Amino acid sequence: MSMKATIRQVDSVTVVDISGRITLGEGCAQLRELIRGQLTKGNKRVLINLADVTYIDSSGIGELVSAYTAVTNQGGQLKLLKLTQKVHDLLQITKLYTVFDVHDDEAKAIGSFGKS
Amino acid sequence: MTAEPSVVEVTLESDLKNLEVVEEIVRRVAGTAGFGEESEHQIEMAVHESMINAIWHGNKNDASKSVWLRFEIYKDRLEIRVRDQGNGFNITEVPDPCSAENLLRVSGRGIYLIRTFMDEFHVKHLPGSGTEVTMVKRIDPAH
Repeated sequence: MSMKATIRQVDSVTVVDISGRITLGEGCAQLRELIRGQLTKGNKRVLINLADVTYIDSSGIGELVSAYTAVTNQGGQLKLLKLTQKVHDLLQITKLYTVFDVHDDEAKAIGSFGKS
Repeated sequence: MTAEPSVVEVTLESDLKNLEVVEEIVRRVAGTAGFGEESEHQIEMAVHESMINAIWHGNKNDASKSVWLRFEIYKDRLEIRVRDQGNGFNITEVPDPCSAENLLRVSGRGIYLIRTFMDEFHVKHLPGSGTEVTMVKRIDPAH
């Protein structure tokens, strides 16, 4: 199953719901293009919902880091929502869990971005 | 005397589309060996990362080249070898992805994950024929 992403706007936050696989190749390229597209539109408050991600590899983790850096470098914020246990474990193992602002509750995550 | 292992051997075209094929093989092999779900996922990820290294870095994404895999199921462990047709790499030159200066690098976490998930990891350069990595996961009877 390849990666699928849907984008919705909640208040001033762009929520990206991802499902499927974020792996080297198509999945990573798709995520990169998606983040680039949102930044081009001026959407710099991004919440990535990973609840339905079935598989992520080291390249997918790297792509999340790349997205985080791209958004942060433009003065924006990128946060993660609803990590699966496997993604959670991978972020812990790679010491990235403390880099990302991770949330379990969407409303609280949206609220954490503050007022625009 | 070590009992003869059960062996599964497969040669695949060096193409990322084969990653999911290999994952399916790994799941079946790991299940046959008696690993639990968590270990099975760790083995799956280790082989996935080894395949990426072989296809992407070893064979430079050249589909005319091959990746060879061999699974040996022993009573107490699973040994996996992945061989590409590339020029190899120096394992001592792979930077620590968890150090502060590398933490936000986009790549370089594959071998770290393999080492984390498997009990043994070795790299052997085969002059004129490629690079072979060997990974071992011991079977814990409690899981």
